[in-house]
Amino acid sequence: MTKTVNNRAWLFVLPVFAIVAFSAVLPLMTVVNYSVQDTFGNNQFFWNGIGWFQELLDPSTELGGRFFDALWRTLLFSAIILMIEVPLGIAVALSMPREGWPVALCLVLMALPLLIPWNVVGTIWQVFARSDIGLLGWIVNHLGIDYNYTNDSLDAWVTLVVMDVWHWTSLVALLCYAGLKSIPDAYYQAARIDGASRWAIFRTIQLPKMRRVLLIAVLLRFMDSFMIYTEPFVITGGGPGNATTFLSIDLVKLALGQFDLGKAAAMSLVYNLIILAICWLFYTVMTNVDAERERVEA
Amino acid sequence: MARITLDHLAHAYKADPRTPDDYALKEINHVWSQGGAYALLGPSGCGKTTLLNIISGLVRPTRGRVLFDDLDVTDLPTEARNIAQVFQFPVVYDTMSVRENLAFPLKNRRVPRDRTAQRVEEIARLLDLTRVLDRKASNLTADMKQKISLGRGLVRPDVAAILFDEPLTVIDPHLKWQLRSTLKEIHRALDITMIYVTHDQTEALTFADKVVVMHDGAVVQTGTPDELFERPAHTFVGHFIGSPGMNILPCRVEGATAVIGDQTIDLQRIYRVPSGGERIELGIRPEFVRLQQKGSGLPVQVRRIDDIGRARIARVEMSGRPLAASVPEGLSIEGSEAALALDPRHIHIYADGHLVSGEPIGGHRA
Repeated sequence: MTKTVNNRAWLFVLPVFAIVAFSAVLPLMTVVNYSVQDTFGNNQFFWNGIGWFQELLDPSTELGGRFFDALWRTLLFSAIILMIEVPLGIAVALSMPREGWPVALCLVLMALPLLIPWNVVGTIWQVFARSDIGLLGWIVNHLGIDYNYTNDSLDAWVTLVVMDVWHWTSLVALLCYAGLKSIPDAYYQAARIDGASRWAIFRTIQLPKMRRVLLIAVLLRFMDSFMIYTEPFVITGGGPGNATTFLSIDLVKLALGQFDLGKAAAMSLVYNLIILAICWLFYTVMTNVDAERERVEA
Repeated sequence: MARITLDHLAHAYKADPRTPDDYALKEINHVWSQGGAYALLGPSGCGKTTLLNIISGLVRPTRGRVLFDDLDVTDLPTEARNIAQVFQFPVVYDTMSVRENLAFPLKNRRVPRDRTAQRVEEIARLLDLTRVLDRKASNLTADMKQKISLGRGLVRPDVAAILFDEPLTVIDPHLKWQLRSTLKEIHRALDITMIYVTHDQTEALTFADKVVVMHDGAVVQTGTPDELFERPAHTFVGHFIGSPGMNILPCRVEGATAVIGDQTIDLQRIYRVPSGGERIELGIRPEFVRLQQKGSGLPVQVRRIDDIGRARIARVEMSGRPLAASVPEGLSIEGSEAALALDPRHIHIYADGHLVSGEPIGGHRA
């Protein structure tokens, strides 16, 4: 097959290049610009090469230390919420009704948390979990459990994890539900005839058929939780101490709190690269699954 | 291995059925004998699949009983019945190899591993799946997958009957033939009752020893392919089976004479047709209606002549009613005027759609 070469076609793509340049590339370039310079104030900058990056990636320095602390915290947070939300979402999807009006009711109720703006979610839980006036915090304390997310790092973590699970499990559940709905009845009937147990049906039919939506769910939830900012900022402000200072919060402290633009720029770029790398990883895995499927259907 | 008896079976999907129209499946009494090859033939929505799902236990009937030999299984769940079912769309467990797929029903029933392995090999040989035993089941073509579904049924040594729900729908035409002969071979080799649901008369007539024709939720005729062709018990059977279907002409019957418009046709039997305003019809298959030159026989107008391969079929009109007739080799008709000769041995009389059995003329005289 010969390709038609028509150079005028590039004209149609130019507007896209222009928009992407202004919206993504140019702002990113200013960050790149800051990341290789240092300043003593007065808008006087001088060349620093890869100095900031070296410092950032060396855990023995002050900057590197706080960067890696925040990175592990963020990864731990993502890991915890994934380990809770994915199985819980699957369980919720499996127990949702299959037909009739309860379906619509369930879907609406489940979608509600997804519709609330993130800083409102933060505010809700900030008040809800307060040990003095918050309903949840007050009850927990009156049950004899000492709970105060402003003092205790474990309590702060628990609060954030519970909030995220409340906010986002619906998303996983809805995606899984869509996956489950796409399984033809014949599969369940065949499984019954083959004498499969409930667990065997889940393992051999439902889970394999949900694999693709689960990958999407894991990808979305990982990305979102890895970039979480608003809710911990509203609820804990990164505290107590640095206990809930995730990468995004640390970055803002560095850039806007301390105005260390060079360090913050280097950190932004590395943060960005980590996310891109993980995105690429997921993308590769997902397209491999698709390729395998296509090979099957061909 | 079992005889399957349907005893006063009826099913309605509505909660509170009152009129016969509420029933998806009207009352059926039928015995499927052990080792038979049956086809359940009927148009879409006639209740075939409902009946099949009742036998396999996926649907519980509203009324009546299902017996396997003398055991009442009406309330037994699917997994407790010795039944296998192959569905319209092939069902394979994607994550498993073909071998694991075939072993799955035995594994679920806790059959010892060495017996399972041996049985899987046997069935794979029977279905010609040995080559692909260790491949992923999801990587195979639709006909292979359908064989795997069938294999999962056959692998259980105690299976009483295998039910097929239009199993060739998604199979390529040239493979349909192959798969159908595989089914026949397996039926001969294993002495298993097979019930095959289809809306395709060729499939039904080539597969089955006995065909059960369903229409509108009821069984209208059960018989061998020959019987369905020679003596359709209902005008629906006459019309549905055969291509083209039976010619059905409204008529009047007086003794051994049928009157269509101003034409009279001599019959070979005497019919005592009910006279309570029933719809009386004469049925004859196009194979037994011969087109000939005008002059003798029933005068008709020829509309067109179709060449359907082995034979030519004339589409004609008699007193405004369309008919199909076979065209003898070498006959050519000038113009549109022609005549029909009806073979009186193959004329049937129907009252409200149901076959009326006449009395021999000789018997009447005596």
